[in-house]
Amino acid sequence: MEPILTINNLTKKFGHLTAVKDLSFQINKGNVYGILGPNGSGKSTTLGIVLNVVNKTYGDFKWFDGETSTHDALKKVGAIIERPNFYPYMTAEQNLKLVCKIKGVNHSKIDEKLEIVGLLDRKNSKFRNYSLGMKQRLAIASALLNDPEILVLDEPTNGLDPQGIHQIREIIKEIANKGTTILLASHLLDEVEKVCTHVVVLRKGVKLYSGRVDDMISSHGFFELKCNNQETLVKYLENHSAISKVLVKDKLVTAFLNEPFDTEAFNKELFNQNIILTHLVQRKESLEEQFLQLTDNN
Amino acid sequence: MLRLLSLELQKLLLNRTSKILIFISFILPFFVILLSSLKINVFGFFTLELGELGIFNFPVIWHLTTFFASQFKFFFAIVVVSMIGNEYSNKTIKQNLIDGLSKKEFILSKFYTIIFFSIVSTLLIGMISLSIGMYYSSYTEFSLIIRETNFLLAYLVKLIGFFSLCLFFGMLAKRSAFALAFIFILFILEWILFALMTWKINMDIAEKIQNFFPLKSMYNLIEQPIQRIAMTKIPDKTAIVYDYAVHWYEITIVLGWTALFIFLSYRLLKIRDL
Repeated sequence: MEPILTINNLTKKFGHLTAVKDLSFQINKGNVYGILGPNGSGKSTTLGIVLNVVNKTYGDFKWFDGETSTHDALKKVGAIIERPNFYPYMTAEQNLKLVCKIKGVNHSKIDEKLEIVGLLDRKNSKFRNYSLGMKQRLAIASALLNDPEILVLDEPTNGLDPQGIHQIREIIKEIANKGTTILLASHLLDEVEKVCTHVVVLRKGVKLYSGRVDDMISSHGFFELKCNNQETLVKYLENHSAISKVLVKDKLVTAFLNEPFDTEAFNKELFNQNIILTHLVQRKESLEEQFLQLTDNN
Repeated sequence: MLRLLSLELQKLLLNRTSKILIFISFILPFFVILLSSLKINVFGFFTLELGELGIFNFPVIWHLTTFFASQFKFFFAIVVVSMIGNEYSNKTIKQNLIDGLSKKEFILSKFYTIIFFSIVSTLLIGMISLSIGMYYSSYTEFSLIIRETNFLLAYLVKLIGFFSLCLFFGMLAKRSAFALAFIFILFILEWILFALMTWKINMDIAEKIQNFFPLKSMYNLIEQPIQRIAMTKIPDKTAIVYDYAVHWYEITIVLGWTALFIFLSYRLLKIRDL
């Protein structure tokens, strides 16, 4: 796999505070990555360092093959950090022209990218007259101008209303579907869960996990069961070798697996034991449950 | 280089306030000089014609116009500090860097703009002085015309030096108003230091050291021409020694400051977390 960003032992100290501690991970082409972590866990600082606006204390990072300087590499990257920053007295089109000049691409893509984010009809309005949602969409258009190899988004839905959040998510999904590598920092887990294939979990500047979303905790998932004869069911499950733990909450029985178990086989087995289920669902922990489990354990 | 210049020009020229200030600092002195060279009939009582006073003669005109025009540099100084202040307050400096501008290019784009406007201003002043001089001057031999055109060079160096100082203070303070306050404080500080040195050491040495101060060294490039004009009118007052010429070492000092200010601006941006 072709690496896009490699981070090695990156550390950033602000006085006594260590915002990022000995962080290493790699971003490969074609995947959608999420950086997860509570507020103040070092997500934005890490992105700030690789985006040339924050100075690292130790460690190093390299974009692509490490042959180009950071600022030249950034010309092939599209990035949005926190709030959209543009010149308020310029129109959307003028702002994008300025970005084109910095990135060294020609102006031909401006209309196309404004179309993607739905701002084409407002391209001659001044930036200061835009709503926050429009500003954020303009920022995405600006990040896409150079058809970037990777799109870096830091809290892209922060401060938006539900409609704005929905619009931004749809745009991100569309971009991800086209095969663009995305690095998305967020503390909103459902946001990451919906689009990301890989995650890096940070807490207090330390990496807790990096890898595929599905492998975040070694779990084979669980069954949610309902049965009119609950007592027999619970008794049977507690003695079952494939089940590690049974939780009962009102009418719902949750059985945690310690090895892979096929739903059909499980149902058949219970039926043979004369236990008739009224409800059977096999699930994996949601990202939120996994994340809380991971951050609590450490 | 053209890319960096066009970047900064776009930022400036689309901003109405900057546009007005640029107009005031470069175009206005041009018109004032032009107007003052015309015959003005004051309410029909008498005719005021500055040209008659001999101040538009070569070579003194070079001294007079550059001195007069350089007083307007303060308006462009506001543009310089606000072009840094705005980048910080809009956080566009961060976005520029993220978009792939290097920190060095960021400072250079500002510096090239300073040089660009200084050159334009010098050319304008050069042209207007030449045409007014040709019209009024009693002597128009070529050798006389080009005498003291080094005031134009001094004017250029003075502008570049002063705006570089503004650029540095802009980077230091991040806010336009504070940066301008810093420049004013520096001005006072230079005089306090001068007074202290005069008091502790003596006037001669104090004056020599004062000539190395940033603002004073820039002033030294083009000293006030009033005394010089007065002296031409009253020739017997030769007792006062008055050195108004442009010296190479004065230019060197200001160029030294310019290099230092630009370098420090870059260092400051480099070590700063945005």
